[in-house]
Amino acid sequence: MSENEVRKLILDIIHDIAPDEDLSDVKSDVRLRDQLDLDSMDFLDIVMELRKRHQIEVPEEDYMELSTLDGCVAYLSPKFA
Amino acid sequence: MRYDVVIIGAGMSGLAAGVRLAHFGKRVLIVEQHALWGGLNSFYKKGGHHFDVGLHAVTNWLAPGYRGSRIPMQRILRQLRISWEELGLEPQTRSSVWFDDARMVFTNDLAVLTQEVQRCFPDQVDGFVRLSERCAEYPEANHDTPPVSTRRVLTEYLSDSLLVDMLLCPLMFYGNAEEEDMDFEQFVILFNSIYREGFCRPRRGVRQVLDVLTDKYTELGGELRRRTPVERLVVKDGRVTEVVLGRGENVEADVVLSSAGLVETMAMRSDVDDDRFEPLAGKLAFTENIWLLDEDPKALGFEDCVTFFNRGPGFAWRSPEAPVDLSSGVICVPGNYAHAEPLDRHMVRATHLANHRVWFEWDEARYREEKGAYIQRSLATVAERGGDLSGHVTYTDGFTPRTVTQFTRHRNGAVYGSPHKVKSGCTEVENLYLCGTDQGFVGIVGAMLSGIAMANQHGLRG
Repeated sequence: MSENEVRKLILDIIHDIAPDEDLSDVKSDVRLRDQLDLDSMDFLDIVMELRKRHQIEVPEEDYMELSTLDGCVAYLSPKFA
Repeated sequence: MRYDVVIIGAGMSGLAAGVRLAHFGKRVLIVEQHALWGGLNSFYKKGGHHFDVGLHAVTNWLAPGYRGSRIPMQRILRQLRISWEELGLEPQTRSSVWFDDARMVFTNDLAVLTQEVQRCFPDQVDGFVRLSERCAEYPEANHDTPPVSTRRVLTEYLSDSLLVDMLLCPLMFYGNAEEEDMDFEQFVILFNSIYREGFCRPRRGVRQVLDVLTDKYTELGGELRRRTPVERLVVKDGRVTEVVLGRGENVEADVVLSSAGLVETMAMRSDVDDDRFEPLAGKLAFTENIWLLDEDPKALGFEDCVTFFNRGPGFAWRSPEAPVDLSSGVICVPGNYAHAEPLDRHMVRATHLANHRVWFEWDEARYREEKGAYIQRSLATVAERGGDLSGHVTYTDGFTPRTVTQFTRHRNGAVYGSPHKVKSGCTEVENLYLCGTDQGFVGIVGAMLSGIAMANQHGLRG
C-alpha cells in the first residue's frame, strides 16, 4: 500500500469519527490533536477502527507513533506490506 | 444461541450500547419486555394521537459547528457515528423557574441566568458566578468519588435558601433519584447540561432519536427482540451462564448488560433469593398529564418551553404523602421550542411528584377516579403558572407511577431509579453489568452516555 493510500485510510477513519472536522488541509508533520478537535476517546476509536477495518493491532505502547500523519504512514505502511 | 453481549432493555442506554458494540463487530442481542422500544423515553398511540413518554427537553444542546472543549452531545455523536443533522435537534427559546417570590428565566446562554440572579438576588450573584465557574472546571465524572451533599457545598457559594431551591428545582426534576439532596458530582453534570449547554428538542420528538438508534443498530446487524422479558439470569460460580427468556428460550452470552435497574436486575438472578436489594428501590415517582388544545398555548399565556414551578414555602423533593404533590411541577410546551416550522398540533404537558405506593394499592375503579380527579387539579394548577386551558382542551391523557411500572417494570414507577447508583456498572456477578438509570446517568443524553461508557468498559475492552 502506498504512503498516500495509508494517509487516505487514516483520514477516512477520522472523517467517520469526526465528520464535522475539516480535513482538507491536514499537515503531515503536526500532531493530529494539535490541528483537529480530537481527544483521547476519539484517538482510541482510530485504533479500534484500524483493527476493525484492516485487522491491524496497535498495542498501547505504540499509540504515540500515530500522533502525526507522517507517524501513521511510517508505522502502518510496513504492516500493510 | 450464543451472543457476545445480551442487553436487557431497548431504552436509550441499551440501544446506544448496542450500536457501539455492533459497530465493532460484536454479536449483540437486545431483549425488551415491552412491545415498543425506548424504555423510559418511549412513545405510544392513544385515541388516534401519537405521544412521547415524558420528553420535555433534551439537555446538552450542541449548536451546529460548535468548537470548544468536548461536551456530552458531541461525545455521543462521535462515539455512535451519528451526524448532527440526523438528530434534528432544535434549541429552546426560553424556560423559567417560577416560585412564589421570584421568577428567573434561563436560555441556552448562561449569561441570561446570571443576569436573572443579579436581578432577583443582587447580593448572591458573585457566589453564583463562582459556582458556575467551579462547575465549568469540574473534572470529568470519576467513578470512585464518594457522594458529597450538594446542599452543603452550595452553602460555600450561596446564602439565600430561596435561590438554592430555585436552582435545584429544575435539576431535581431532571434527574435526581435521591430525596431532598443530591450528589454534588450529579449537580455539576446537571448544572452544565441544563444551565450551561441548555435545552433542545428533536422536531419529531423522542421517535426521531429512537429511529436513528434503532436504524443504526439493525443496519449493523444487531438483533432486537420485543415482547421478550428476561425470566431469569442463571448464575453459576459467580457468572451468568444463561439468560432465560420469557418465551422459554435460553441464550448464552459472554457479557450481560442490563438497563432494567439495580433492584430489578438483581431480582432476575437465580442465585439469590433474598430481598436485600429491595430497600434500594427508588421512591421518586411522577404523574404526567398531557393536553391537546385547539389554541396555541402561547396565545393562552405560556411563554416558556419548560416552566419549573413551586408554590408555597420551601421546595420539597420527596415522595409526597398525598397521591400527587401539586405544589410543584414541570410544565412543558413543545411548540415553544425554536422549531424551524411550527408543530402540527398544540400541546401542554405537566408533571408532578407522586406518591410511590398509593397508586399501586387502589383497585381499578378507584385508580381511574383518582387519576381523572388529579388531572383536573393539575389543570387548575397549570392555570396559575401559565394560563387557563380549560375551554381549549380537545384530548387529555395522563400516566401515573403505575403506568410507568406497567410498561418499564421499574419499581415504584421511579423513573430515576435507585438513589444508590453503581457508577462502575459492576455487580457481584462477574459478567453482569448495569447501564442506564441505575448506573448513574439519567435523561436521554445521560442514558446514551451510560450505554456508550458501559459498552466501552465492559463489552469492548480486551
